[in-house]
Amino acid sequence: MAEIFKQKNAWLKYDEAGRKKVMDFCEGYRKFISENKTERECAASIIKKAEKKGFKNLMKVKKVKPGDRLTGGMIYATCPETSIIEHRCLVRPDLSGVVESVVPDGKYKINDTIVTLKDDSGKTHELTLCQKWPIRHPRPINERLYANIPLITGQRVIDALFPIAKGGTAAIPGGFGTGKTMTQHQLAKWCDADIIVYVGCGERGNEMSQVLEEFSSLIDPKSNRPMTDRTCLIANTSNMPVAAREASIYTGITLAEYYRDMGYHVAIMADSTSRWAEALREISGRLEEMPAEEGFPAYLPSRLSEFYERAGLVESLCGKQGSVTIIGAVSPQGSDFSEPVTQNTKRFTRCFWALDKSLAYARHYPAINWLDSYSEYAGDLEKWYCDNVGEDFMKCRERFSALLQEEASLMEIVKLIGSDVLPDDQKLIIEITKAIRVGFLQQNAFHKDDTYVPLSKQLKMMRSTLHLYDVAAYAVAQGVPLSKITDSGLFDKIIRIKYDVPNDKEELLDGYTKEIDDVINTFTVS
Amino acid sequence: MIFEYIGVKEINGSLIVLDDVDCPSYEEIVEIRLDNGSVRHGRIVTIEGGRAVIQVFEGTRGISLNNTRTRLKGRPMELDLSPEIQGRIFSGVGTPIDGLGRIYPEKRMNVNGTPINPVSRVYPQNYICTGISSIDTLITLIRGQKLPIFSGSGMKHNELAAQIVRQAKIANDEDAKFCIVFAAMGVKNDVADYFRRSFEESGVLGRVTMFLNLANDPIIERILTPRCALTAAEYLAFEHDMHVLVIMTDMTSYAEACREFSSSKGEIPGRKGYPGYLYSDLASLYERAGMIKGHKGSVTQIPILTMPNDDITHPVPDLTGYITEGQIVLDRALDGSGIYPPVSILPSLSRLMKDGIGEGFTRADHAALSNQLFASYAKVQDARSLASVIGEEELSESDKKLLEFGKKFENMFIRQSENEARSMEQSLTLGWELLSELPREELDRVDNETLEKFYHPVKE
Repeated sequence: MAEIFKQKNAWLKYDEAGRKKVMDFCEGYRKFISENKTERECAASIIKKAEKKGFKNLMKVKKVKPGDRLTGGMIYATCPETSIIEHRCLVRPDLSGVVESVVPDGKYKINDTIVTLKDDSGKTHELTLCQKWPIRHPRPINERLYANIPLITGQRVIDALFPIAKGGTAAIPGGFGTGKTMTQHQLAKWCDADIIVYVGCGERGNEMSQVLEEFSSLIDPKSNRPMTDRTCLIANTSNMPVAAREASIYTGITLAEYYRDMGYHVAIMADSTSRWAEALREISGRLEEMPAEEGFPAYLPSRLSEFYERAGLVESLCGKQGSVTIIGAVSPQGSDFSEPVTQNTKRFTRCFWALDKSLAYARHYPAINWLDSYSEYAGDLEKWYCDNVGEDFMKCRERFSALLQEEASLMEIVKLIGSDVLPDDQKLIIEITKAIRVGFLQQNAFHKDDTYVPLSKQLKMMRSTLHLYDVAAYAVAQGVPLSKITDSGLFDKIIRIKYDVPNDKEELLDGYTKEIDDVINTFTVS
Repeated sequence: MIFEYIGVKEINGSLIVLDDVDCPSYEEIVEIRLDNGSVRHGRIVTIEGGRAVIQVFEGTRGISLNNTRTRLKGRPMELDLSPEIQGRIFSGVGTPIDGLGRIYPEKRMNVNGTPINPVSRVYPQNYICTGISSIDTLITLIRGQKLPIFSGSGMKHNELAAQIVRQAKIANDEDAKFCIVFAAMGVKNDVADYFRRSFEESGVLGRVTMFLNLANDPIIERILTPRCALTAAEYLAFEHDMHVLVIMTDMTSYAEACREFSSSKGEIPGRKGYPGYLYSDLASLYERAGMIKGHKGSVTQIPILTMPNDDITHPVPDLTGYITEGQIVLDRALDGSGIYPPVSILPSLSRLMKDGIGEGFTRADHAALSNQLFASYAKVQDARSLASVIGEEELSESDKKLLEFGKKFENMFIRQSENEARSMEQSLTLGWELLSELPREELDRVDNETLEKFYHPVKE
């Protein structure tokens, strides 16, 4: 009878081993819950766990079989392109239909038919491992996304002061010898895109062979493979035909879009778009078209905007997220930024990294002038930096630019009457900005640690520099002469952080705050 | 079948026009016989239907509309080549003018050359020691590089080029064969003569191939002069494994010849009247420097150009700077104060040097030293401009030290005599000696380790 049913504590049913198992499970669950606060995080980590056990997402690895319906941009085959890049063959964007036949897995040549597709009008199409696309037409996408993830380059002046988003556009204008190509090479080497398309458009042959040589000997820290495994080079050296030069830019951007559609983040370096514009001018001249400004054809701005507008962070037709970031070098004639190519490029790009001759002459590389340059992405990326690097990153950045701006106006005075007449607090600004310029903005591409600096170290460097400024400003306000602080070698120490603190020993930087405090304290106390 | 075309349709400057030509091809060479028996040569530069525009190398003087018989040769312009061209003197279009007879050709090559595929290029890494401190330490010349000298009229660029030829030694490779190709475009007779004399004095004349197009020679030949010279250089480098140094002077005259030619063709001019394709045209010359995989030889170019009005933004130096791998800029102020060679350090640059110096090439500290010298010398300029405003007396202690350094740098490091060849070791040591004059905290481009080793300030 029901009344005499005695409830038994389940706990008692377990023996010692069983109880431990239960406790362990609970402990594991608690840990899981505390690590994954939101539903989305839970799902992601469950998938990760399942994948460890051999789970495969059928949506992702779905094998095409006869009777399936494929639409434009869908993946129907994959093959390893290099050891780090999987080539995903996509159905041509303008094609859709039902699969008629599929070949089994195996080795095929690039022109072998892999899938036959019957479109709605009953026509059959043979899909091979390659695809043709007219280079002057942008490849279609599902939708453009809000570009709010930065392209991390490891170059301090870019990441900290003038960041660029994945899917953004940037122009690097500069006269000859200002380091356009060096900057492009540094970005190609270190930026965190999956694939780099490097277009040598009317540039030097030796530079191209340098890229080939250097990139194959350079090991990508993320994948441990040579850089060439993720680089695609389009070479049109300056003595090659002009008509090919005009096309090379489009070839590059189409390649970039093709990989973007597979779901990769692609960065395209165009060195240099001025040569391309000159090719346009030369062809237009030979066609006897009416020239506009400086002999360039009147359609130069529209061509430039067509090119730069092909950048963006998008959801591709197969539902993957990919991006094309365009970084174009501009070689203004006579280093005059008011010429048409620079001016028009400025209108269509959102980052402007102006290279400065006087900085280059002083071998301050990258010679990006902090007063003329700008990035419109800073606001878009603020949230990402806050969430992923540190909440004060953007704050530090603003203070850096404010200090540099202030220095520029002070320098006007110094140029006229020398720095001796300035009061100590203004002299301090000049000292600290010198530390910022030499210690932070200038970066040595040939130093093994300094060539790439992770964001966390960049932030710590900014913090230490600003801390020194704050403490020193306080001391100066207390009447400590500035010369005492400069003689203490603290500024020198800040400048040498880039060489003294290796990238894998960032924690050394934590000691700097205390040291600065200690040194300055001795002054204020005495 | 060979056709001869009697008479011409039109004459315009150095261009003649033929009508109803049977299958002309671009850049084809034609032979023009005048009724008086003289023979001229030309090449086809424009084709419109059956109409061919021919550019006459020797000029069109004396040609009338009907006194000529023109024959198409069916091939582009080719240069007769054999190793015997060394020591010979040619005109701008490659005809011997030293009275020693024609070359018996081992090979004929198209003077326009073909672009080198970047994949088959060897990235240049071995430096050439020129014995000139400023160049060796700060603007190192690399074998296979194109490094122009930007000068102005009246400055000592010819002397500098001649000194480089005299002293250039190829590092770590004693038995390498070395020769010189000299192309003069629109230079004065005296300049050509100076070079000939200085080659003779230094005993290299037997290894020099000269292509001379003097200031009063036809401009059309001038356009072909560098092409012929580079073809000869490529032949010697890639067929006979020689290291060829090509000196081309003066590129500004060449560009002016292009302008003259372009305007007579009625093309739309670009900046300052120069043709819009000047960049491509110059690139087709400069890019012929380099090394090719599978060949031992190399072509190194030192083009010399005079900047009109010392203006570095003038189209010719500007476009050249965009193509070449750096530049050596001469400075009139230094020249005026009697410093030879008047190399203006700050705007000068060698792009290839970063990979051809340092451990295994020159010395491990080379890169750090040159960076620091550049940076410190840039500060000297700031200090000088400040001194010119507030007077030297008012300068701070560190600025005064900089001024002192600047003076010594110019007088001991940059200045050297025309016959003085300093070894790389000497130049680098001299550089450190000068840097040791500066306080240690001024040296912010060098890491501590290198400083420890080389920075030895004089105890006061």
